Amino acid sequence: MNKWQNNRAWFLIVPVFLVVAFSAIIPLMTVVNYSVQDIFGPGQAYFVGTEWYREMLHNSRLHEALLRQIVFSFTVLAIEISLGIGVALTMPKKGWGASFCLVAVALPLLIPWNVVGTIWTVFARPDIGLAGVFINSLGIDYNFTANPVHSWLTVVAMEVWHWTPLVILLCYAGLQAIPEAYYQAARIDGASKWAVFRYIQLPKLRGVLLIAVLLRFMDSFMIYTEPFVLTGGGPGNTTTFLSQFLTKKAVGQFDIGPAAAFSLMYFLIILLFCFVFYTAMMNADKGDSK
Amino acid sequence: MAKIELDNLAHSYKENPRGPEDYALKQVQTVWDDGGAYALLGSSGCGKTTMLNIISGLLTPSQGRVLYDGKDVTTLPPEKRNIAQVFQFPVLYDTMSVYDNLAFPLRNRRIDKAHVDKRVREVAEALDLTDVLGKRAAGLSADAKQKISLGRGLVREDVAAILFDEPLTVIDPHLKWQLRRKLKEIHKKYQHTLIYVTHDQTEAMTFADKIVIMYDGRLVQIGTPEELFEKPAHTFVGYFIGSPGMNIMPCTLNGSRAELSCGGVDVDPVVAEKALGAGGRLALGIRPLYLEVLDEQAPEGLPGHVTAVDDEGSSRIVTVMIAGQKLKARVAEGRAVPADRCRVRFPMERVRIFADDYLVG
Repeated sequence: MNKWQNNRAWFLIVPVFLVVAFSAIIPLMTVVNYSVQDIFGPGQAYFVGTEWYREMLHNSRLHEALLRQIVFSFTVLAIEISLGIGVALTMPKKGWGASFCLVAVALPLLIPWNVVGTIWTVFARPDIGLAGVFINSLGIDYNFTANPVHSWLTVVAMEVWHWTPLVILLCYAGLQAIPEAYYQAARIDGASKWAVFRYIQLPKLRGVLLIAVLLRFMDSFMIYTEPFVLTGGGPGNTTTFLSQFLTKKAVGQFDIGPAAAFSLMYFLIILLFCFVFYTAMMNADKGDSK
Repeated sequence: MAKIELDNLAHSYKENPRGPEDYALKQVQTVWDDGGAYALLGSSGCGKTTMLNIISGLLTPSQGRVLYDGKDVTTLPPEKRNIAQVFQFPVLYDTMSVYDNLAFPLRNRRIDKAHVDKRVREVAEALDLTDVLGKRAAGLSADAKQKISLGRGLVREDVAAILFDEPLTVIDPHLKWQLRRKLKEIHKKYQHTLIYVTHDQTEAMTFADKIVIMYDGRLVQIGTPEELFEKPAHTFVGYFIGSPGMNIMPCTLNGSRAELSCGGVDVDPVVAEKALGAGGRLALGIRPLYLEVLDEQAPEGLPGHVTAVDDEGSSRIVTVMIAGQKLKARVAEGRAVPADRCRVRFPMERVRIFADDYLVG
């Protein structure tokens, strides 16, 4: 075989290379390009170096949005993961009940995101919404458009309602994959329900939980549509999360440069968190051995 | 340590079983002695695992009772029965160390720490696991994992019986022997009642004192390997034990002669009389080892011809056609085998008669 024949193999990866280039690398590079220039109009752009990065790093509104975002993401993550595992454990394992539960649980996942926001806008309205009226009838002066705490709780509830099903489905599939012999052995060993969960189910779920945590973290960290429809980021800025902040900057104020700089930082933050989660979960049980 | 009695046991996985075909286990009645090593042998789907799960308590039988030392445990769950079970593939608590794995059943029973430690070290010693006690169980080889599964049963002092559900399936062939020897050693040392499910007859024969043959949801025979070989209680046992299996041919009886389509074979008169009394469909059986292939001029034997000879090293398996029936004979190395036409002799003391598939005599 001569060298030319060997090199011909490279043609085979050209399609993939082109797809990746046009779908990821080139757009990303455009953003990098924007982030280091001050753009006044077509053909009027000036190189500004790291100025936009420095500006964004010192932007106090961004700091607030970032803090809000982190609190929000970790809250929904904690609720969704624990609730997801809990519900998956109680779901029937076979028979018509299992199919019924799966379909019922998956319903929220089928609803478009802006519709989810709209549903909850109506659902939570204190004058006509089912939840709003009910909570008010309990004697709580609930109004999510005026009270920041109520607004927060509503956004969290909506996110949990919308996305816990995904965690449930993943965990359910993970639980179904555990061979019956493990449960039989545990019974013979006299293991309590908690011990079965702690030493069989949880370790076997580690893989799917890693996926669930990563997916849910990335998604909740980029949340945009539902809070935008529900609260529009208000009252004030109390439910303005990072992506909404970014959109306001880029589209609302047309600050393309700073927005591009921030986009890249945003991307790196998500990447960093995912890396931390991944490493932490992959090494979670190494400490158990002596 | 316990004597295990199965009293009139039957099980169906269907809720409303109609006929016998709905039963995975049909009418089992037997007693297994304390401290015995039993192998449950049978082909796939004959009810071995069902029976094992009933004994361990993972299944509640549709009818009948299970007694341990005379005590009825039929409705008790496995954790209350003092049994241990080793499964087909190693079942371990992956995140625990080997030590914690072995200690797990004791800790669940709230046994004090010092005692747990003593037992775990003792069992680890017996199973050659001392060196890996501190390691994580997940990283070990399949045979070590299987030993840990066994160890979890051995640590408990109250264990009456240890059940094995084809425990060597995932083990490399050269390690199977070692592990099996270890099992025998453990059995000698602790004298548990062992019940070992397998479909491999060599495994069953080397492991067990007594082999229990199951066929179509029934126990057809319990016996030593020799008994199974010499006096198979059912045609299935004859066919299943030994390689190649027993030659079985339909026949009719004429006095003490079994008539095949090409001639008669002498049968023990006592057996023949009983067989005539039993009635039903009759068949004649003989082990390949006992069938004598003689040359054409021999004074006795049925005429036939040799169609194939397979060399197995120490002996040869000769395929002979007699009146359209294919028979196998095992001929010792060095003895001549006729090339084509031959006579086949059936030694009277080796011929077995089956009536409706069950041995007569």
